[in-house]
Amino acid sequence: MQHFPCPFCGLRNETEFHFAVEAGHSRPEPAERVSDAEWAAYLYANKSPKGESREVWLHLSCGEYFILSRDTVTRAVLGSVTLPGVTR
Amino acid sequence: MKRYSALSLFREGLRAHRGWQPAWTKARPKPAYDAVVVGGGGHGLATAYYLARIHGINRVAVLEKGWIGGGNTGRNTTVCRSNYFYPESVALYDLALRLYEGLSRELNYNIMLSQRGMLIAAHTPAQMEICNRIANAMQLNNVDGKLMGPEEAAARVPLINTGPDARYKLMGGIWQGRAGTARHDAVAWAYARAASALGVDIIEGCEVAGIDVQNGAVAGVETTFGPIRTERLGLAAAGATPGLTAHVGVDLPIHDYALQAFVSEPVKPCLDTVLLYLGTGTYVSQSDKGELVFGGGLDRVPTHGQRGNLPVQEAVTAGLLEMFPAFGQLRLLRQWAGVVDVVPDSSPLIGPVGPSGLHINCGWGTGGFKAIPAGGWLLSHLMAKGEHHEISRPFDLDRFARGRLIDEAAGSGIAH
Repeated sequence: MQHFPCPFCGLRNETEFHFAVEAGHSRPEPAERVSDAEWAAYLYANKSPKGESREVWLHLSCGEYFILSRDTVTRAVLGSVTLPGVTR
Repeated sequence: MKRYSALSLFREGLRAHRGWQPAWTKARPKPAYDAVVVGGGGHGLATAYYLARIHGINRVAVLEKGWIGGGNTGRNTTVCRSNYFYPESVALYDLALRLYEGLSRELNYNIMLSQRGMLIAAHTPAQMEICNRIANAMQLNNVDGKLMGPEEAAARVPLINTGPDARYKLMGGIWQGRAGTARHDAVAWAYARAASALGVDIIEGCEVAGIDVQNGAVAGVETTFGPIRTERLGLAAAGATPGLTAHVGVDLPIHDYALQAFVSEPVKPCLDTVLLYLGTGTYVSQSDKGELVFGGGLDRVPTHGQRGNLPVQEAVTAGLLEMFPAFGQLRLLRQWAGVVDVVPDSSPLIGPVGPSGLHINCGWGTGGFKAIPAGGWLLSHLMAKGEHHEISRPFDLDRFARGRLIDEAAGSGIAH
Protein backbone atom coordinates (compact mmCIF):
# COMPACT_ATOMS: atom_id res chain seq x y z
CA MET A 1 0.00 0.00 0.00
CA GLN A 2 1.30 3.44 -0.88
CA HIS A 3 0.69 6.57 1.19
CA PHE A 4 0.00 9.97 -0.40
CA PRO A 5 0.47 13.27 1.44
CA CYS A 6 -2.64 15.44 1.67
CA PRO A 7 -1.55 19.02 2.48
CA PHE A 8 -4.42 19.20 4.94
CA CYS A 9 -4.49 15.74 6.52
CA GLY A 10 -0.94 14.39 6.14
CA LEU A 11 -0.02 10.91 4.92
CA ARG A 12 -3.05 8.78 4.11
CA ASN A 13 -3.71 5.51 2.31
CA GLU A 14 -3.70 5.77 -1.52
CA THR A 15 -7.24 4.38 -1.67
CA GLU A 16 -8.48 7.66 -0.13
CA PHE A 17 -7.33 9.63 -3.18
CA HIS A 18 -8.66 10.21 -6.68
CA PHE A 19 -6.64 11.51 -9.63
CA ALA A 20 -8.43 14.48 -11.20
CA VAL A 21 -6.34 16.03 -13.99
CA GLU A 22 -2.83 17.02 -15.01
CA ALA A 23 -1.91 20.37 -13.45
CA GLY A 24 -1.40 23.43 -15.65
CA HIS A 25 -4.57 23.45 -17.74
CA SER A 26 -5.87 27.01 -17.75
CA ARG A 27 -9.37 27.70 -18.95
CA PRO A 28 -9.28 29.61 -22.25
CA GLU A 29 -11.05 32.95 -22.09
CA PRO A 30 -13.17 34.75 -23.15
CA ALA A 31 -15.63 31.97 -23.89
CA GLU A 32 -17.16 33.58 -27.00
CA ARG A 33 -13.77 33.69 -28.70
CA VAL A 34 -12.71 30.14 -27.82
CA SER A 35 -12.76 27.75 -30.78
CA ASP A 36 -14.05 24.20 -30.54
CA ALA A 37 -10.52 22.88 -30.97
CA GLU A 38 -9.16 25.09 -28.17
CA TRP A 39 -11.96 24.03 -25.86
CA ALA A 40 -11.45 20.34 -26.68
CA ALA A 41 -7.73 20.72 -26.02
CA TYR A 42 -8.48 22.35 -22.66
CA LEU A 43 -10.88 19.57 -21.69
CA TYR A 44 -9.06 16.53 -23.03
CA ALA A 45 -5.44 16.99 -24.13
CA ASN A 46 -2.75 15.62 -21.83
CA LYS A 47 1.02 15.29 -21.76
CA SER A 48 0.91 11.90 -20.03
CA PRO A 49 4.55 12.49 -19.05
CA LYS A 50 6.97 9.65 -18.44
CA GLY A 51 8.81 10.64 -15.27
CA GLU A 52 8.06 13.75 -13.24
CA SER A 53 4.43 14.84 -13.31
CA ARG A 54 2.38 17.56 -11.57
CA GLU A 55 -1.21 16.46 -11.06
CA VAL A 56 -4.37 17.67 -9.36
CA TRP A 57 -5.70 15.06 -6.95
CA LEU A 58 -8.75 14.93 -4.70
CA HIS A 59 -8.49 13.68 -1.15
CA LEU A 60 -11.88 11.98 -0.90
CA SER A 61 -11.84 11.94 2.89
CA CYS A 62 -11.56 15.71 3.40
CA GLY A 63 -12.89 16.79 0.00
CA GLU A 64 -9.94 19.06 -0.84
CA TYR A 65 -8.19 19.25 -4.20
CA PHE A 66 -4.41 19.76 -4.18
CA ILE A 67 -1.32 19.38 -6.37
CA LEU A 68 0.67 16.16 -6.10
CA SER A 69 4.08 15.83 -7.75
CA ARG A 70 4.95 12.25 -8.67
CA ASP A 71 7.26 10.15 -10.78
CA THR A 72 5.02 8.23 -13.16
CA VAL A 73 7.56 5.47 -13.73
CA THR A 74 8.65 4.65 -10.17
CA ARG A 75 5.41 5.95 -8.56
CA ALA A 76 7.55 7.86 -6.02
CA VAL A 77 5.84 10.88 -4.46
CA LEU A 78 7.92 14.05 -4.89
CA GLY A 79 5.75 16.47 -2.91
CA SER A 80 2.32 17.97 -2.44
CA VAL A 81 1.07 21.55 -2.17
CA THR A 82 -2.27 23.29 -1.95
CA LEU A 83 -3.82 24.73 -5.11
CA PRO A 84 -2.71 28.32 -5.87
CA GLY A 85 -4.63 30.77 -3.68
CA VAL A 86 -5.79 28.11 -1.24
CA THR A 87 -4.62 28.42 2.35
CA ARG A 88 -4.61 25.67 4.91
CA MET B 1 8.51 -19.43 -45.72
CA LYS B 2 7.95 -23.12 -45.04
CA ARG B 3 4.30 -23.89 -44.46
CA TYR B 4 3.27 -25.41 -41.16
CA SER B 5 1.07 -28.51 -41.44
CA ALA B 6 0.28 -31.73 -39.64
CA LEU B 7 2.57 -33.46 -42.14
CA SER B 8 5.49 -31.09 -41.43
CA LEU B 9 5.01 -31.63 -37.69
CA PHE B 10 5.04 -35.40 -38.21
CA ARG B 11 8.12 -35.24 -40.44
CA GLU B 12 10.03 -33.04 -37.99
CA GLY B 13 9.02 -35.35 -35.16
CA LEU B 14 10.78 -38.17 -36.98
CA ARG B 15 14.03 -36.20 -37.41
CA ALA B 16 14.37 -34.66 -33.96
CA HIS B 17 12.91 -31.27 -35.04
CA ARG B 18 16.14 -30.26 -36.81
CA GLY B 19 14.42 -28.83 -39.88
CA TRP B 20 12.50 -25.91 -38.42
CA GLN B 21 13.46 -22.43 -39.60
CA PRO B 22 13.21 -19.17 -37.66
CA ALA B 23 9.63 -17.92 -38.01
CA TRP B 24 10.75 -14.41 -38.96
CA THR B 25 14.00 -12.70 -39.91
CA LYS B 26 15.69 -10.40 -37.43
CA ALA B 27 16.47 -7.41 -39.61
CA ARG B 28 18.83 -4.43 -39.44
CA PRO B 29 17.36 -1.13 -40.57
CA LYS B 30 17.84 0.08 -44.14
CA PRO B 31 18.28 3.85 -44.74
CA ALA B 32 14.76 4.33 -46.13
CA TYR B 33 11.38 2.63 -46.30
CA ASP B 34 8.05 3.26 -48.03
CA ALA B 35 6.37 2.93 -44.63
CA VAL B 36 7.54 2.69 -41.04
CA VAL B 37 5.41 1.36 -38.20
CA VAL B 38 6.46 2.19 -34.64
CA GLY B 39 5.51 -0.55 -32.18
CA GLY B 40 6.06 -4.28 -32.66
CA GLY B 41 3.00 -5.49 -30.80
CA GLY B 42 0.02 -7.11 -32.43
CA HIS B 43 -1.32 -3.84 -33.86
CA GLY B 44 2.01 -2.78 -35.39
CA LEU B 45 2.81 -6.19 -36.84
CA ALA B 46 -0.72 -6.53 -38.24
CA THR B 47 -0.37 -3.09 -39.81
CA ALA B 48 2.85 -4.10 -41.54
CA TYR B 49 1.34 -7.39 -42.72
CA TYR B 50 -1.73 -5.72 -44.23
CA LEU B 51 0.39 -2.96 -45.81
CA ALA B 52 2.25 -5.69 -47.67
CA ARG B 53 -0.60 -8.15 -48.20
CA ILE B 54 -3.52 -5.83 -49.06
CA HIS B 55 -1.87 -2.64 -50.26
CA GLY B 56 1.25 -4.01 -51.96
CA ILE B 57 3.63 -1.84 -49.93
CA ASN B 58 6.46 -4.24 -49.10
CA ARG B 59 9.33 -1.91 -48.21
CA VAL B 60 8.08 -1.64 -44.64
CA ALA B 61 9.88 -1.58 -41.28
CA VAL B 62 8.43 -2.33 -37.86
CA LEU B 63 10.47 -0.62 -35.13
CA GLU B 64 10.11 -2.17 -31.67
CA LYS B 65 12.01 -0.75 -28.69
CA GLY B 66 11.92 -4.06 -26.81
CA TRP B 67 11.02 -7.41 -28.32
CA ILE B 68 7.98 -8.12 -30.45
CA GLY B 69 4.84 -8.94 -28.50
CA GLY B 70 6.56 -7.97 -25.24
CA GLY B 71 4.24 -5.08 -24.39
CA ASN B 72 0.50 -5.24 -23.94
CA THR B 73 0.18 -7.98 -26.59
CA GLY B 74 1.96 -10.33 -24.18
CA ARG B 75 0.35 -8.93 -21.02
CA ASN B 76 -3.40 -9.15 -21.61
CA THR B 77 -5.93 -11.81 -20.62
CA THR B 78 -6.43 -12.98 -24.24
CA VAL B 79 -10.17 -12.29 -24.55
CA CYS B 80 -11.74 -11.66 -27.99
CA ARG B 81 -15.29 -10.28 -28.18
CA SER B 82 -17.44 -7.64 -29.89
CA ASN B 83 -20.24 -7.09 -27.33
CA TYR B 84 -20.34 -3.30 -27.57
CA PHE B 85 -23.22 -0.85 -27.76
CA TYR B 86 -22.76 1.82 -30.42
CA PRO B 87 -22.89 0.88 -34.14
CA GLU B 88 -19.46 2.45 -34.69
CA SER B 89 -17.91 0.26 -31.98
CA VAL B 90 -19.62 -2.94 -33.07
CA ALA B 91 -18.46 -2.36 -36.66
CA LEU B 92 -14.90 -1.90 -35.38
CA TYR B 93 -14.67 -4.77 -32.90
CA ASP B 94 -16.62 -7.20 -35.05
CA LEU B 95 -14.27 -6.52 -37.96
CA ALA B 96 -11.53 -7.66 -35.57
CA LEU B 97 -13.45 -10.75 -34.48
CA ARG B 98 -14.28 -11.73 -38.07
CA LEU B 99 -10.62 -11.38 -39.04
CA TYR B 100 -9.61 -13.40 -35.97
CA GLU B 101 -11.99 -16.16 -37.08
CA GLY B 102 -10.02 -16.63 -40.30
CA LEU B 103 -6.57 -15.76 -39.02
CA SER B 104 -5.09 -19.20 -38.28
CA ARG B 105 -5.88 -20.27 -41.84
CA GLU B 106 -4.82 -17.01 -43.49
CA LEU B 107 -1.50 -16.79 -41.64
CA ASN B 108 -0.86 -20.58 -41.55
CA TYR B 109 -0.26 -20.27 -37.81
CA ASN B 110 -2.45 -21.66 -35.06
CA ILE B 111 -3.51 -18.70 -32.92
CA MET B 112 -5.62 -21.11 -30.84
CA LEU B 113 -8.81 -19.09 -31.18
CA SER B 114 -11.32 -20.71 -28.85
CA GLN B 115 -14.81 -19.29 -29.29
CA ARG B 116 -16.06 -20.59 -25.98
CA GLY B 117 -18.55 -17.76 -25.44
CA MET B 118 -18.63 -14.95 -22.91
CA LEU B 119 -21.16 -14.15 -20.21
CA ILE B 120 -21.48 -10.67 -18.73
CA ALA B 121 -23.29 -11.52 -15.51
CA ALA B 122 -25.86 -9.22 -13.91
CA HIS B 123 -27.25 -9.26 -10.38
CA THR B 124 -30.16 -6.81 -10.20
CA PRO B 125 -33.28 -6.18 -12.30
CA ALA B 126 -31.80 -2.80 -13.28
CA GLN B 127 -28.60 -4.45 -14.52
CA MET B 128 -30.66 -7.01 -16.44
CA GLU B 129 -32.50 -4.15 -18.16
CA ILE B 130 -29.17 -2.67 -19.25
CA CYS B 131 -28.01 -6.10 -20.42
CA ASN B 132 -31.20 -6.44 -22.43
CA ARG B 133 -30.55 -3.05 -23.99
CA ILE B 134 -27.00 -4.02 -24.99
CA ALA B 135 -28.16 -7.42 -26.31
CA ASN B 136 -30.80 -5.65 -28.42
CA ALA B 137 -28.19 -3.20 -29.70
CA MET B 138 -25.90 -6.06 -30.67
CA GLN B 139 -28.69 -7.77 -32.59
CA LEU B 140 -29.58 -4.53 -34.36
CA ASN B 141 -25.91 -4.31 -35.33
CA ASN B 142 -26.00 -7.87 -36.73
CA VAL B 143 -23.75 -9.36 -34.06
CA ASP B 144 -24.60 -12.50 -32.11
CA GLY B 145 -25.72 -11.39 -28.68
CA LYS B 146 -28.60 -12.46 -26.52
CA LEU B 147 -30.04 -12.04 -23.08
CA MET B 148 -29.47 -15.15 -20.96
CA GLY B 149 -31.70 -16.12 -18.05
CA PRO B 150 -30.58 -17.26 -14.59
CA GLU B 151 -30.83 -21.04 -15.11
CA GLU B 152 -28.93 -21.10 -18.38
CA ALA B 153 -26.32 -18.70 -16.99
CA ALA B 154 -25.83 -20.82 -13.86
CA ALA B 155 -25.40 -23.92 -16.03
CA ARG B 156 -22.60 -22.14 -17.96
CA VAL B 157 -20.62 -21.45 -14.76
CA PRO B 158 -21.38 -24.40 -12.45
CA LEU B 159 -18.98 -23.38 -9.67
CA ILE B 160 -20.47 -19.91 -9.26
CA ASN B 161 -21.34 -18.85 -5.72
CA THR B 162 -25.03 -19.59 -5.16
CA GLY B 163 -24.76 -19.96 -1.39
CA PRO B 164 -26.86 -17.97 1.07
CA ASP B 165 -23.87 -15.71 1.77
CA ALA B 166 -23.33 -14.80 -1.89
CA ARG B 167 -23.01 -11.03 -2.15
CA TYR B 168 -24.04 -10.97 -5.84
CA LYS B 169 -26.68 -13.43 -7.03
CA LEU B 170 -26.37 -14.52 -10.66
CA MET B 171 -29.51 -13.26 -12.35
CA GLY B 172 -28.41 -13.90 -15.94
CA GLY B 173 -26.77 -11.51 -18.37
CA ILE B 174 -25.52 -10.97 -21.92
CA TRP B 175 -24.19 -13.93 -23.85
CA GLN B 176 -21.98 -13.69 -26.92
CA GLY B 177 -21.26 -17.15 -28.29
CA ARG B 178 -18.57 -16.03 -30.77
CA ALA B 179 -16.51 -14.42 -28.02
CA GLY B 180 -13.63 -16.36 -26.56
CA THR B 181 -9.88 -16.40 -26.17
CA ALA B 182 -6.83 -16.68 -28.43
CA ARG B 183 -3.17 -17.35 -27.75
CA HIS B 184 -1.85 -13.78 -27.43
CA ASP B 185 1.82 -14.48 -28.22
CA ALA B 186 0.80 -16.54 -31.24
CA VAL B 187 -1.08 -13.56 -32.69
CA ALA B 188 2.10 -11.45 -32.61
CA TRP B 189 4.28 -14.28 -33.90
CA ALA B 190 1.82 -15.20 -36.66
CA TYR B 191 1.66 -11.65 -38.01
CA ALA B 192 5.45 -11.29 -37.66
CA ARG B 193 6.07 -14.49 -39.61
CA ALA B 194 3.62 -13.59 -42.36
CA ALA B 195 4.89 -10.00 -42.62
CA SER B 196 8.51 -11.11 -42.68
CA ALA B 197 7.73 -13.54 -45.50
CA LEU B 198 6.31 -10.62 -47.51
CA GLY B 199 9.56 -8.66 -47.08
CA VAL B 200 8.77 -6.56 -43.98
CA ASP B 201 11.81 -5.76 -41.80
CA ILE B 202 11.13 -6.42 -38.11
CA ILE B 203 13.69 -4.51 -36.09
CA GLU B 204 13.79 -5.18 -32.36
CA GLY B 205 15.66 -3.15 -29.75
CA CYS B 206 15.14 -0.02 -31.85
CA GLU B 207 13.65 2.94 -30.01
CA VAL B 208 12.35 6.04 -31.78
CA ALA B 209 13.90 9.21 -30.35
CA GLY B 210 12.46 11.78 -32.74
CA ILE B 211 10.33 12.42 -35.81
CA ASP B 212 11.77 14.40 -38.72
CA VAL B 213 9.33 16.85 -40.27
CA GLN B 214 10.08 18.85 -43.43
CA ASN B 215 7.63 21.34 -44.96
CA GLY B 216 4.81 20.06 -42.78
CA ALA B 217 5.28 16.44 -43.78
CA VAL B 218 6.94 13.44 -42.17
CA ALA B 219 10.42 12.85 -43.59
CA GLY B 220 11.68 10.14 -41.29
CA VAL B 221 12.45 9.04 -37.74
CA GLU B 222 15.49 9.28 -35.49
CA THR B 223 16.19 5.95 -33.85
CA THR B 224 18.76 4.34 -31.59
CA PHE B 225 20.04 2.71 -34.83
CA GLY B 226 20.31 6.08 -36.58
CA PRO B 227 17.97 7.98 -38.91
CA ILE B 228 15.48 6.16 -41.12
CA ARG B 229 13.78 8.00 -43.99
CA THR B 230 10.10 7.49 -44.68
CA GLU B 231 7.12 9.58 -45.75
CA ARG B 232 4.55 7.22 -44.22
CA LEU B 233 4.74 6.81 -40.46
CA GLY B 234 2.27 4.86 -38.32
CA LEU B 235 2.32 4.80 -34.53
CA ALA B 236 0.95 1.69 -32.82
CA ALA B 237 2.66 2.08 -29.46
CA ALA B 238 -0.21 2.07 -26.93
CA GLY B 239 0.94 3.82 -23.73
CA ALA B 240 4.13 5.10 -25.39
CA THR B 241 2.18 6.98 -28.10
CA PRO B 242 1.84 10.31 -26.19
CA GLY B 243 5.64 10.43 -25.84
CA LEU B 244 5.99 9.91 -29.60
CA THR B 245 3.43 12.53 -30.68
CA ALA B 246 5.10 14.96 -28.27
CA HIS B 247 7.96 15.06 -30.82
CA VAL B 248 5.60 16.83 -33.24
CA GLY B 249 3.87 18.95 -30.60
CA VAL B 250 0.61 16.98 -30.44
CA ASP B 251 -1.04 16.31 -27.08
CA LEU B 252 -3.49 13.42 -27.07
CA PRO B 253 -6.59 12.82 -24.90
CA ILE B 254 -4.82 9.92 -23.21
CA HIS B 255 -3.99 9.02 -19.64
CA ASP B 256 -1.68 6.06 -19.09
CA TYR B 257 -2.59 3.63 -16.33
CA ALA B 258 -1.44 0.18 -15.27
CA LEU B 259 -3.82 -2.71 -15.92
CA GLN B 260 -3.06 -5.83 -13.94
CA ALA B 261 -3.59 -9.49 -14.79
CA PHE B 262 -3.26 -12.62 -12.71
CA VAL B 263 -2.77 -16.34 -13.26
CA SER B 264 -3.45 -19.10 -10.75
CA GLU B 265 -1.73 -22.47 -10.59
CA PRO B 266 -3.19 -24.88 -13.17
CA VAL B 267 -6.15 -27.08 -12.28
CA LYS B 268 -8.41 -29.49 -14.15
CA PRO B 269 -11.04 -27.98 -16.49
CA CYS B 270 -13.65 -26.17 -14.39
CA LEU B 271 -14.67 -23.10 -16.42
CA ASP B 272 -15.30 -23.30 -20.16
CA THR B 273 -16.49 -19.75 -20.86
CA VAL B 274 -15.22 -16.23 -20.32
CA LEU B 275 -17.05 -14.65 -17.38
CA LEU B 276 -17.29 -10.96 -16.46
CA TYR B 277 -19.12 -10.33 -13.21
CA LEU B 278 -20.66 -6.87 -13.05
CA GLY B 279 -20.89 -7.05 -9.25
CA THR B 280 -17.20 -7.53 -8.61
CA GLY B 281 -15.79 -6.17 -11.88
CA THR B 282 -13.57 -9.27 -12.05
CA TYR B 283 -13.36 -11.31 -15.23
CA VAL B 284 -11.92 -14.80 -15.59
CA SER B 285 -11.30 -17.60 -18.06
CA GLN B 286 -9.36 -20.85 -17.88
CA SER B 287 -6.34 -21.34 -20.13
CA ASP B 288 -5.64 -24.53 -22.05
CA LYS B 289 -2.97 -25.29 -19.46
CA GLY B 290 -5.63 -25.10 -16.73
CA GLU B 291 -4.58 -21.80 -15.18
CA LEU B 292 -7.29 -19.34 -14.22
CA VAL B 293 -6.51 -16.09 -16.02
CA PHE B 294 -8.23 -13.14 -14.40
CA GLY B 295 -8.23 -9.39 -14.04
CA GLY B 296 -10.36 -6.41 -13.16
CA GLY B 297 -10.23 -2.63 -13.15
CA LEU B 298 -7.38 -0.23 -13.68
CA ASP B 299 -4.98 1.06 -11.09
CA ARG B 300 -6.34 4.57 -10.71
CA VAL B 301 -2.85 6.08 -10.49
CA PRO B 302 -1.40 7.41 -13.77
CA THR B 303 1.78 5.50 -14.51
CA HIS B 304 4.24 4.35 -17.15
CA GLY B 305 5.62 1.61 -14.87
CA GLN B 306 4.62 -1.93 -15.83
CA ARG B 307 3.72 -2.85 -12.26
CA GLY B 308 0.43 -3.02 -10.39
CA ASN B 309 -0.54 -1.65 -7.00
CA LEU B 310 -1.74 -3.64 -4.00
CA PRO B 311 -5.27 -2.22 -3.53
CA VAL B 312 -6.30 -3.39 -7.01
CA GLN B 313 -4.68 -6.80 -6.50
CA GLU B 314 -6.74 -7.20 -3.36
CA ALA B 315 -9.99 -6.03 -4.99
CA VAL B 316 -9.61 -8.26 -8.07
CA THR B 317 -8.63 -11.35 -6.09
CA ALA B 318 -11.38 -10.78 -3.52
CA GLY B 319 -13.81 -10.43 -6.43
CA LEU B 320 -12.73 -13.79 -7.86
CA LEU B 321 -13.20 -15.52 -4.50
CA GLU B 322 -16.62 -13.92 -4.05
CA MET B 323 -17.62 -15.39 -7.43
CA PHE B 324 -15.92 -18.77 -6.91
CA PRO B 325 -15.29 -19.57 -3.23
CA ALA B 326 -13.73 -22.89 -4.29
CA PHE B 327 -10.85 -21.01 -5.96
CA GLY B 328 -9.73 -19.93 -2.48
CA GLN B 329 -7.72 -23.14 -2.37
CA LEU B 330 -5.60 -22.08 -5.32
CA ARG B 331 -2.28 -20.30 -5.19
CA LEU B 332 -1.50 -17.32 -7.36
CA LEU B 333 1.18 -18.22 -9.87
CA ARG B 334 1.95 -14.86 -11.48
CA GLN B 335 0.80 -11.26 -11.46
CA TRP B 336 1.88 -8.51 -13.84
CA ALA B 337 0.74 -5.24 -15.44
CA GLY B 338 0.77 -3.44 -18.75
CA VAL B 339 0.58 0.30 -19.44
CA VAL B 340 -2.74 1.05 -21.14
CA ASP B 341 -3.66 4.27 -22.92
CA VAL B 342 -7.08 5.35 -21.72
CA VAL B 343 -9.25 7.85 -23.63
CA PRO B 344 -12.13 9.74 -21.95
CA ASP B 345 -14.81 8.03 -24.07
CA SER B 346 -13.20 4.58 -23.78
CA SER B 347 -12.84 4.34 -27.56
CA PRO B 348 -9.61 4.23 -29.61
CA LEU B 349 -7.90 7.01 -31.55
CA ILE B 350 -7.35 6.09 -35.20
CA GLY B 351 -6.41 8.66 -37.81
CA PRO B 352 -4.01 11.40 -38.89
CA VAL B 353 -2.27 13.70 -36.40
CA GLY B 354 0.22 16.54 -36.79
CA PRO B 355 2.33 16.62 -39.99
CA SER B 356 0.98 14.94 -43.12
CA GLY B 357 2.03 11.33 -43.42
CA LEU B 358 1.67 10.64 -39.68
CA HIS B 359 -1.11 8.33 -38.45
CA ILE B 360 -1.90 6.88 -35.06
CA ASN B 361 -3.68 3.77 -33.85
CA CYS B 362 -3.87 3.92 -30.06
CA GLY B 363 -6.14 4.63 -27.12
CA TRP B 364 -7.43 1.07 -26.93
CA GLY B 365 -7.19 1.23 -23.16
CA THR B 366 -7.95 -2.13 -21.59
CA GLY B 367 -9.23 -3.66 -24.85
CA GLY B 368 -6.41 -3.62 -27.38
CA PHE B 369 -5.82 -7.36 -27.82
CA LYS B 370 -9.30 -8.15 -29.11
CA ALA B 371 -8.93 -5.38 -31.68
CA ILE B 372 -5.53 -6.29 -33.15
CA PRO B 373 -6.63 -7.40 -36.65
CA ALA B 374 -8.92 -4.38 -37.03
CA GLY B 375 -6.30 -1.94 -35.72
CA GLY B 376 -3.79 -3.27 -38.24
CA TRP B 377 -6.34 -3.33 -41.05
CA LEU B 378 -7.41 0.28 -40.48
CA LEU B 379 -3.97 1.78 -39.81
CA SER B 380 -2.59 0.13 -42.95
CA HIS B 381 -5.51 1.61 -44.93
CA LEU B 382 -4.74 5.09 -43.57
CA MET B 383 -1.01 4.77 -44.28
CA ALA B 384 -1.49 3.38 -47.79
CA LYS B 385 -4.33 5.62 -48.99
CA GLY B 386 -3.90 8.69 -46.78
CA GLU B 387 -7.58 8.65 -45.92
CA HIS B 388 -9.92 6.93 -43.50
CA HIS B 389 -11.57 3.57 -43.99
CA GLU B 390 -15.29 4.07 -43.27
CA ILE B 391 -14.96 2.03 -40.05
CA SER B 392 -12.13 4.16 -38.65
CA ARG B 393 -13.62 7.54 -39.58
CA PRO B 394 -15.72 7.93 -36.37
CA PHE B 395 -12.62 7.24 -34.25
CA ASP B 396 -10.63 10.19 -35.61
CA LEU B 397 -9.13 12.55 -33.05
CA ASP B 398 -11.42 15.28 -34.38
CA ARG B 399 -14.38 13.74 -32.56
CA PHE B 400 -13.38 15.63 -29.41
CA ALA B 401 -13.64 19.05 -31.06
CA ARG B 402 -16.81 17.98 -32.88
CA GLY B 403 -18.41 16.68 -29.70
CA ARG B 404 -19.02 13.28 -31.33
CA LEU B 405 -17.66 11.09 -28.56
CA ILE B 406 -18.33 7.34 -28.69
CA ASP B 407 -18.80 6.74 -25.00
CA GLU B 408 -18.60 2.99 -24.47
CA ALA B 409 -18.23 3.48 -20.70
CA ALA B 410 -21.83 4.68 -20.79
CA GLY B 411 -22.87 2.44 -23.71
CA SER B 412 -21.60 -0.98 -22.69
CA GLY B 413 -20.14 -0.44 -19.24
CA ILE B 414 -16.44 -0.56 -20.12
CA ALA B 415 -14.71 -0.29 -16.77
CA HIS B 416 -12.69 2.80 -17.60
